[in-house]
Amino acid sequence: MAVAPVLPKLVGQRTKRREDPRLIRGRGTYVDDIALIGMQHIVFKRSDVAHGRIRSIDTSAAKAMDGVEAVFTGAEIAEFLGPMPIGTPFPSPEHRAVAVDTVRFAGEPVAVVVAADRYIARDAADAIVVTYDTLPAVVDLELAMTGKPTVIHPAFPNNLAIALVPSGTGVSADGSTVDDSAVDAAFAKAEVVISQRMMNQRLAPSAMEPRGVVAHFEPGKESMTIWSSTQNPHILRSFIAALTGLGQDRVRAIAPEVGGGFGAKINIYGEEYVTAAISKRLGIPVKWTEDRSEAFVATTHGRDILGYVDLAAKRDGTVLGLKIRLIADIGAYNMLLTAAIPTLTMMMANATYNIPAIRTTLTEVFTNKTPTDAYRGAGRPEATYFVERAMDMLARELKMDPAELRRKNFIKPSQFPFATQMGAIYDSGDYEKALDLALKNAKWDQLKAERDAARAQGRLVGLGLSMYVEVCGIGPSAALPTGGWEHSQVTIERDGRISATTGASPHGQGNETTFAQMLADQFGVPMDDITILHGDTGVVKQGIGTFGSRSQAVGGAALQMAGAKVKTKMAKFAAALLEAHEDDLVFENGMISVKGSPASGKSFASVAAYAYVPVPLPPGLEPGLSDEAFFEPSNNTYPFGCHISMMEIDRQTGEPTLLRMVAVDDAGNLINPLIVEGQIHGGLAQGIGQAMIEEVVYNEDGQLMTGSFMDYAIPRAIDFPRFELDATVTPTPVNPLGAKGVGEAGTLGSTPSIVAAAVDALSGFGVKHIDMMLRPEKLWRIIQGGQQGQGGQS
Amino acid sequence: MAQISMTVNGKVRKGNVDPRMLLVHFLREQLRLTGTHIGCDTTQCGACTVLVDGRSAKSCTIFAVQADGSTVTTIEGLAPDGDLHPLQEGFWEEHGLQCGYCTPGMIMAAVTLLKDNPKPSEREIREGISGNFCRCTGYQHIVNAIQYAANKG
Amino acid sequence: MISTPFEYSRATSLDDALAKLGATKGEGKFIAGGHSLVPLMKLRLSEPKILIDIARIPGLSGIREKDGKIEIGAGTVHHDVASSALLQRACPALSDCASEIGDPQVRNRGTLGGSLAHADPAADYPAMMLALDAEIQVKGPAASRVVKASDFFQGLFTVDLAADEIITGIQFTPVKSAGYAKLHQRASHFAIVGIGAALNVKNGVIQSARAGLTGASSHATRLTEVEKALEGKPATSASVEAAARGAGAALEDINSDIHGSAEYRRAMIPVFTERALKQALARIG
Repeated sequence: MAVAPVLPKLVGQRTKRREDPRLIRGRGTYVDDIALIGMQHIVFKRSDVAHGRIRSIDTSAAKAMDGVEAVFTGAEIAEFLGPMPIGTPFPSPEHRAVAVDTVRFAGEPVAVVVAADRYIARDAADAIVVTYDTLPAVVDLELAMTGKPTVIHPAFPNNLAIALVPSGTGVSADGSTVDDSAVDAAFAKAEVVISQRMMNQRLAPSAMEPRGVVAHFEPGKESMTIWSSTQNPHILRSFIAALTGLGQDRVRAIAPEVGGGFGAKINIYGEEYVTAAISKRLGIPVKWTEDRSEAFVATTHGRDILGYVDLAAKRDGTVLGLKIRLIADIGAYNMLLTAAIPTLTMMMANATYNIPAIRTTLTEVFTNKTPTDAYRGAGRPEATYFVERAMDMLARELKMDPAELRRKNFIKPSQFPFATQMGAIYDSGDYEKALDLALKNAKWDQLKAERDAARAQGRLVGLGLSMYVEVCGIGPSAALPTGGWEHSQVTIERDGRISATTGASPHGQGNETTFAQMLADQFGVPMDDITILHGDTGVVKQGIGTFGSRSQAVGGAALQMAGAKVKTKMAKFAAALLEAHEDDLVFENGMISVKGSPASGKSFASVAAYAYVPVPLPPGLEPGLSDEAFFEPSNNTYPFGCHISMMEIDRQTGEPTLLRMVAVDDAGNLINPLIVEGQIHGGLAQGIGQAMIEEVVYNEDGQLMTGSFMDYAIPRAIDFPRFELDATVTPTPVNPLGAKGVGEAGTLGSTPSIVAAAVDALSGFGVKHIDMMLRPEKLWRIIQGGQQGQGGQS
Repeated sequence: MAQISMTVNGKVRKGNVDPRMLLVHFLREQLRLTGTHIGCDTTQCGACTVLVDGRSAKSCTIFAVQADGSTVTTIEGLAPDGDLHPLQEGFWEEHGLQCGYCTPGMIMAAVTLLKDNPKPSEREIREGISGNFCRCTGYQHIVNAIQYAANKG
Repeated sequence: MISTPFEYSRATSLDDALAKLGATKGEGKFIAGGHSLVPLMKLRLSEPKILIDIARIPGLSGIREKDGKIEIGAGTVHHDVASSALLQRACPALSDCASEIGDPQVRNRGTLGGSLAHADPAADYPAMMLALDAEIQVKGPAASRVVKASDFFQGLFTVDLAADEIITGIQFTPVKSAGYAKLHQRASHFAIVGIGAALNVKNGVIQSARAGLTGASSHATRLTEVEKALEGKPATSASVEAAARGAGAALEDINSDIHGSAEYRRAMIPVFTERALKQALARIG
């Protein structure tokens, strides 16, 4: 018998991705690549006013065009499609996928065309004539709170979706009782108080693949298949089933290749409901593909949270208390998770520090803008930004090194698990270790000397440092209305190959690779013998989806649990064949053998074959090798890290240039460090983008001024220096992998670190805080001394 | 309608198209070469990049009729079946992609970059792909991938 | 995004192009690289009924030296201008300017003639045309004419080009001591402010100077006050710094948008004038 080749352990290795061969050849199938026979195309007619009553819609010219199958107004859609559900328990106004009588943001759909091709559909949409009685629009969130000049939803006076919801020290778990004494006492004994209004601006998530949907209702089978560019096909299936009146057993949702999501493809959108409902109504397959111009108004935006931050401390740097009054501009409607995103900002207000007393309040405000929802980080970058900016300001006020101020206030490793003032239980952490490694890698003292030398030459160079802790791997089910678990089924096929499903539906995260690495090690087989199936509710029985950096920490754990169950059963079959005890068996190098005598083993494939034709069937066993697991984490995970940046600002133009970006991230155990690096790079890019060049801007009339990539800047390769990454490893006890999650980390520390660097660079001009984005003109004005004391530039 | 003929990935392909049909739609919908993607409508993102007469071009900003008589190479035609172009190999080796949506356009832009400048500096690579957006990678692994191909070439 | 329908034909010669355009009775437009026109058509901001493709007219593209002057055909793409060995030797600032346009793919398709005819207020070329005192070659059904760049750019998207005329190329006397400096709009890479500058220096003295501005106003504009301030001055940093200081001060109606207020743009004109002039200085000798 040939000696089996020794298979290397793959977990922890920089394994090349298995997704790539198809993608680098252009052979991936994204939604817009799908064509079905008889498929018709949908184009939405969208409102060009931000707020108005629809006076009339004339669809006659559109209907008369050759190739137009149907045209529906909002009122006509409402006859067969109910209002859109949300995924949070907060009160919410009725929201129709296609506006019936009132439009509340520019870009809201008002009619739908179905036509033979997208060219005809577009022409027909242009031929629809809509007239509006224009109403005043409100785009400033603090103005909106006055109820002037308009109230967007009559049932929500002063445009308040929710008002002053408290959280933190002295607030009961249900929020019903609030005791301010500890917070008041902290501020009463403060020797220094930092107070700053900070705007965490609105962003356009901008996955490179715009959204798209293909819906195919088969009247004969009374069943629906829907392909969508979504992060969570199982959630999509549930909601589509509910709104079409079909059971979940009659709806199959497929997320094919998904070209990025970044949180914006969690939401279940009106376009998904409408496409499905029209397919069902007309009994034909229909497709909708989003244009980029459409994406800017129709895909949810991110962030847009104002924070009034007060930080109380002693002059030795000891932090005593923190207050943050949060006001979130959620746009015109509540979407799936809109209302919940800023609650994560409250939850993470404790940051990495021992803060004895914290009070946060949250107000959410409707405005005549595109609704907000999750965007990479989703609430946690905002918390990090507010607290870290305040810490930076405190360090500056006290003339302390920003690193030493952090060090003084850290939660200590011995304090974990650590119950925060905000009700979170931080699982594990060693913040000082991450800080020290970042300082070492950046050569912090030398960097300060370089900065000072540059300043001596008249250059405007600054350094910024930020810590972060985020909440990932969100669970248990009490924390998520969808359920906080993840699901996997592992099947050893009859030929000995392994297929495994995961409910964590990837869109660039590389689960096909990392999950195969795990199973390869678990079963001692080559990775090439394993296929990871995902993104199809017809194949993957159950799942939640990919968001909140939960694929590995929750989905990976479910996979490992399912694998363990199958392995246990397979060992029983192997034990019968080998006449050995199952506990004495080892799975390695494609063989199952008795420990210590590999030559006596059976091949993995032969044991699999036996399990499906079990003659004789070992007592107490059913044939076959397939099992599933639902993993419900006991808690979230709390990854952390430290980001250090160096920036130079052009004295003449105000243009900022990022010179260095040093990141140390601790995501617990890493399955594939190559993929982890990629995730951090991407997160940094979006965090740097927010700090430096990205901002959604509306004019006073509610018209989007950044409605294309001509005006909304997506970072390009030339905008970045080479990122300098490193990691510390503090495993989590809440899942068997010890992995915490890493998808969003890069967006957390980078933004406050960069703003701190900009403030440092301009400190000679007396500036203490600068609101993002770091628009050259804004920086130039600070240099000119023209705008001090105004807006965010106090 | 207009009769057009062009050589796409080495084959003569004919079509009868509405003059306003974009080259990217002709490639994707008539020739079913769906590796070329559409990421914006303002000639910014580069997801639709193909080679037209040997140089990188954004196929969303060219009407198919303009390319009548041209030679077009898409990602599907970059390497013979089963083989990988050094850039494709580089993107795989260096983890130059995540969601993969920008990747075909990025690779096609890099083909022209390396044709013009076989041994580019990092700065020249970053400038050479400045017509292509990637929202996933932060570009660092893409730069590494192009360096890999340059070192191989 | 999808344009409105149009008819398409290809011109085989300049005369054919002009004849075809004339036959459209004002409803036609030329298309060459299409990198100004197609984006507008896709957004339905331009809806021509007929497109006449001039991209393959023989002889319409190319860069040549003739009697001490350089001629560039209207159909020459930006990449060819950016990478021309002739220009890099004789007039490197024009290559620099071309290499600042858009991105590599745009430079592979976009043409000089298209950029000049479209005359986007933030386009790069017009500033350099003014700095080089270039002449725009224009052909109509009856006659050809030559228009000085300083007369050509007249207003917002408005140039001295009749509805029945075509740009065939430009000609200019190359100036080595010239520069182009630009404040990039970070999303589009158009110019918030762009300055082209050229110096004619003899024995260390500036005999004459020309400077053109783009991005800051409705159309590309000469900075005559800078030109005058430099005349007769020694070719030194101090001279250009002094001359740049007042650049654009006399301009009215400065553009303002989310990327830069009028005040900011106004302040950037001297900054980039100085930078362009210093590039020019560095190329003397």
